[in-house]
Amino acid sequence: MEVLVFLIPISLFLGALGLVAFFWTLKSRQYEDPKGDAHRILSDEYDDKPAP
Amino acid sequence: MSSRAQIATCPACVAAPAAEEAAAAGMGMGDRQILLSLPDIHCAACISGIERALNARSDVRRARVNLTLKRATIEADTGTEAADLAEALTRIGYQAHELDAGSLSGSQSDKAGRELLMRLGVAGFAMMNVMLLSVAVWSGATDATRDLFHWISATIAIPTIAFSAQPFFRHAWSALRAARLNMDVPISLAILLAAGMSVYETAQHGQHAYFDAALSLTFFLLAGRYLDHRTRSVARSAAAELAALEVPRALKLSGDGEAMTSVADLRPGDLVRVLPGARVPVDGTIETGSSEVDRSLLTGESLPVFAGPETRVSTGEVNLTGALTVRVTAAGQDSTLHRLADLVAIAETTRNRYTSLADRAARIYAPVVHLLSFAAFGVWLWVSGDVRLSLNIAVAVLIITCPCALGLAVPAVTTAASGRLFRHGMLIKNATALERLAEIDTVVFDKTGTLTEGRPRLDDPAGCRPEDLALAQALARGSAHPLAAALAEHVPDRSPTEVRQQSDIEHLREIAGHGIEAVCQGQTLRLGRADWVGATPVAGTATYLRVGDRTVAFRFTDSLRDGATEAVKALQRQGKSVILLSGDHPSAVADIAGRTSIDAFEAQVLPDEKSLYIKTLCERGHKVLMVGDGLNDTAALAAAHASISPASALEATRVVSDIVLLGNSLAPLPDAVITAGSATRRIKENFAIAALYNAVAIPVALLGFATPLAAALAMSASSVSVSLNALRLR
Repeated sequence: MEVLVFLIPISLFLGALGLVAFFWTLKSRQYEDPKGDAHRILSDEYDDKPAP
Repeated sequence: MSSRAQIATCPACVAAPAAEEAAAAGMGMGDRQILLSLPDIHCAACISGIERALNARSDVRRARVNLTLKRATIEADTGTEAADLAEALTRIGYQAHELDAGSLSGSQSDKAGRELLMRLGVAGFAMMNVMLLSVAVWSGATDATRDLFHWISATIAIPTIAFSAQPFFRHAWSALRAARLNMDVPISLAILLAAGMSVYETAQHGQHAYFDAALSLTFFLLAGRYLDHRTRSVARSAAAELAALEVPRALKLSGDGEAMTSVADLRPGDLVRVLPGARVPVDGTIETGSSEVDRSLLTGESLPVFAGPETRVSTGEVNLTGALTVRVTAAGQDSTLHRLADLVAIAETTRNRYTSLADRAARIYAPVVHLLSFAAFGVWLWVSGDVRLSLNIAVAVLIITCPCALGLAVPAVTTAASGRLFRHGMLIKNATALERLAEIDTVVFDKTGTLTEGRPRLDDPAGCRPEDLALAQALARGSAHPLAAALAEHVPDRSPTEVRQQSDIEHLREIAGHGIEAVCQGQTLRLGRADWVGATPVAGTATYLRVGDRTVAFRFTDSLRDGATEAVKALQRQGKSVILLSGDHPSAVADIAGRTSIDAFEAQVLPDEKSLYIKTLCERGHKVLMVGDGLNDTAALAAAHASISPASALEATRVVSDIVLLGNSLAPLPDAVITAGSATRRIKENFAIAALYNAVAIPVALLGFATPLAAALAMSASSVSVSLNALRLR
């Protein structure tokens, strides 16, 4: 059972990483235009770098 | 909630700060932000087409299209006119309208929504991690391992609950302070007790901890809250967009010329200038100038009325032909529009008394749950004498009966239903609108602007001589008057001689309030009102042309709105009685009633009589749906059980309506009633599902067999089945 000492912190850390990523998407307003984003991938204008 | 607040305050007050901001933005301070509404865009090609066109302009720094909101945000140099950009887009084939950036700034960054989403994310993260640890406990972890897992769960759960469940605590507290019970009271109690008891049990090396239940409760209920919020904020931002399309400003005349001012700053005695085509911003009397005004939004009359010096005009009328100088007698708080808004506020309070299904359920549910859990505690204490055991069972009852499914039952359905109606061009503004709409048995329509387009169309053009029509059209092209515009719009099969005649028109001038005069081949032509032209008036809406000493009458009929006949027929087929109420003349009303096959109609109804009529119907036990667009309908809309207005209605009218029709057609109306009916059925089904789960779970909990695993299973299963049931609406 000693392995739990590593496993639990690791699992919590990975979960927290996901949470931080979620916060980042929220902060950078990635949920403002879900429909537009879905359509933008069809446009080949932004292939090299994303539109500002 | 917010929709009520919006109704309680007057539209002019809401708009006033916006106008000030807009004026400040117009002063120009470096960059200028321009918002354009793009109602037609729908695909990737539209996005890139518009962005490319805008970014190619030298005066535009950055443009970004938001497809969800169908809107473009543009950062441009000062001095760039939104109208120019809109026109440029219209030229390449995209409809674009300027939006008032000031009144939209609030809805653009939906702070409350992001906050809820953040809480939801945290709750989801914590729930999954604690569930992971709980699975280990359920599958047989014992002693020190179990205690360790419980402690880890506690360290995750306690801060999460403190952060994520705040909205519930706040609502519950405000309800308790007002000595009421709402759904949030049992929710908060269950979450707090579950967490508290679990901490105590963990400290006592107990077997059962309900951290996962407390967290999944928070998560599922937050999901319901977020859905609810999303539905309303979509409606709100669309409503705000409609409002932003019109900015309440007036041209004020003072010693040093004209200046654009906010309507809120006008005082009685001020002079304002009202240009042709503009809406009269205040109540007042005309000082100089003469024109015709369109009162249809105020009275329902479809014929324009002559207005000259000393004529009284009121807020909301549209000036048609000549520029007017108006001496303000009442502005803002005292204007006609405001008095109507007061009437509305009174009617609103009666509607706010409507208790939604969710509230009714909460009213029964909350006391029952609390009594049950209290009884469980009492009985178990009496039987076993063990306080800790009895408390455990009482808390387990509270957790298992917690209205998880109930919290999702209503928002999941209203989200699905509003989404469906939004796709059909209808905007649900009020939270209980769907439930009220489902109950209606009588539909009352307004005529001008609702059943009809409020735009005249030339009647029987084949009946008049083509050369007369061509002459009239040539004259009409010089005017913004609706009848002239209708004449000019009419496209006959032109022959070359008529075209030649048109080029001979000289000295074209518009005489405000009377008509248009011109000279053609030495002959004076007049197009306008009967008395001015010297013709004998005919019945109905008409304009008259004088050629030499001959006069010709052109008759107009108001064309029916798209889908009006179909909507009326479909409503009648659904067994609703349909009534037409109008402020217009009996002949015009009878004509429209005949064309839409409505049997019951009344003409020349005053605004107060309209709302009285609706109230009488309500007192006789009818549930009335009012569909109207004018200011004269506002009180009636507010008095009715449910109300719908088209997007072309005035802001004051849209504010009191539960549903706004975004498109031009009335066809979606019957569908809205059907959708509302099935939505209400789904809500009730959802309550039944939730009750069924409780019927199984409560005895188990009362007998003391409830485990955290059973609680988690019951909760997830009921939440998922309720959501799936709601999705059947889409």
